[in-house]
Amino acid sequence: MSTSIDFLLWVRGPGFDIALFIFVVGVLIRLLEVVILGRKPDYSEPRGAELGAGLLTLVTRTAPEGGSFKRSPFTVVGGYIWHIGFLVSLFLFVPHIELIDSVLGIRWPGIASNLVDAISAVTIVTLVAMLFSRLTHPVKRFLSGPEDYLTWLVTFLPMLTGYLAYHRMIDPYPLVLGLHILSVELLMVLFPFTKLMHAFTFIIARWYNGAMAGRRGVQS
Amino acid sequence: MADDRKKLSMTLGESLRQQGVSRRGFLKYCAATASMMALPPTMVPAIAQALEKAKRPSVIWLSFQECTGCTESLTRSHSPSVENLIFDHISLDYHHTLQVASGDAAEAAREAAMHENEGKYIVVVDGSIPLANPGYSAIAGISNLQMLEETVAGAAAVVAVGSCAAFGGLPHANPNPTGAVSVGEIIKDKPVVNVSGCPPIPTVITGVLAHFLTFGSLPELDALGRPMVFFGQSIHDRCYRRPFYDKGLFAETFDDEGARKGWCLFRLGCKGPMTYNACATAKWNQGTSWPVESGHGCLGCSEPDFWDAGGFYNALSIPDSDLTRKTGYVVGAGVALGAVAGALNRSTRAKAAAKHETVTIEDLDKKS
Repeated sequence: MSTSIDFLLWVRGPGFDIALFIFVVGVLIRLLEVVILGRKPDYSEPRGAELGAGLLTLVTRTAPEGGSFKRSPFTVVGGYIWHIGFLVSLFLFVPHIELIDSVLGIRWPGIASNLVDAISAVTIVTLVAMLFSRLTHPVKRFLSGPEDYLTWLVTFLPMLTGYLAYHRMIDPYPLVLGLHILSVELLMVLFPFTKLMHAFTFIIARWYNGAMAGRRGVQS
Repeated sequence: MADDRKKLSMTLGESLRQQGVSRRGFLKYCAATASMMALPPTMVPAIAQALEKAKRPSVIWLSFQECTGCTESLTRSHSPSVENLIFDHISLDYHHTLQVASGDAAEAAREAAMHENEGKYIVVVDGSIPLANPGYSAIAGISNLQMLEETVAGAAAVVAVGSCAAFGGLPHANPNPTGAVSVGEIIKDKPVVNVSGCPPIPTVITGVLAHFLTFGSLPELDALGRPMVFFGQSIHDRCYRRPFYDKGLFAETFDDEGARKGWCLFRLGCKGPMTYNACATAKWNQGTSWPVESGHGCLGCSEPDFWDAGGFYNALSIPDSDLTRKTGYVVGAGVALGAVAGALNRSTRAKAAAKHETVTIEDLDKKS
């Protein structure tokens, strides 16, 4: 019997090693090649500080901008709901913290798993609604390419399989747990080479916008 | 012999009364069986009536590549109990471990039981069957495979007791030197019930037999051929420590504050989430306790290939390998490759800058 246990052992053994390698190396290459490239030295006299403005922009750009909220409230609200739900499920679910602890040796308190369960359900529904909106809204549909659908899929699958695994809706359990880990590995492998990189690069982009404006003494 | 024949024709009710089991005790057992099998209380009289009138079924017990733990679990279960008496009531016509000293006579008893009860007897198997070489395990010169096929040919049903018979168990563990397989992989034309566990819970096997005696059929089975009534829910779902898991309270070692307070054993490698068995409800040793209650995580012994599922003390979802060290290497590799990529980008930019030709207004004027 080549069983679901074999599958689980592969995905959490060699499979995870491969995904971890591609993810870490890929992300570091993409970040370093941006940072090392640097920018031309600016010889003009600074009219303000870069540091404060850069940090402030990191925070202010996280809040929704009034104009876009008025124009497309669904996209903004939906975007917030699933991003927060995704991060809560990823970082506050106890078994995930256990995994992070085993990789990085750092841990923090989790929240009750039934709460994570409810948040995941909301997140999954929101992701489906966002896809529906993308497919039906003429402008969003026009702007979407294959990469958008691919990144949606690899974000959605870990949520879905995680929910199925938590409720053990697929038998046997090692199979559904293995599928969940595999879906995350798919996300990790595609992460550095798609727009998913925004999870890291948003910091550089926002910092740069804020710092540049701060140096010129204007509001960012 | 006359006594034996009389015993054979006795019903279960008569047999139990003869052994001093009161009507009250018998009905209590019936009620417990009904609730264990998730049947409504209205079924209790029906179970009592059916069991009362049930005739002794002939049981042939075959032991193959096993450790006798399953037999130990069953014969040394909480005696004296009604479960045991039910067991006594069964006409256990052949049990090679128990009858080993009888030699050829035991083999003759097996053949006689098969002949007399053609099509009606139950075969209970513990242990896996080696296919790599029949010589790895043979009884009275007969290979396990041959004995199983011969014995099962005239059986009503087969009960694979223990994880070895149900899924291959320890002999089947990687690299499986004897080519061990489960009963279900050989027997395809008879109903096979898997009562897995290493060992299985005694009340579960008596429950399966009681079901057979009561309804004349085998209970509903799950995808792995196990009775749903006992294997329908995971250890994790029925665990009394579950609230601690949900709250994120875990024992970190076997003797820390959390362990003393009875917190969840997930971090200590408990396989409760993947394991389907009745331990949390049926418990062991006359309902005294069960592994998690005694402070040790579940090993997942009623699941296929639990021996190969990594360390018993590693949480199921967490990779076994030394990830912290590996991550360190990978970060190092990433930084090195990133630096190379950055340097390449810089040189591309420098080359582009060097190739750049400055165009003055005079140049443009000349051309036009």
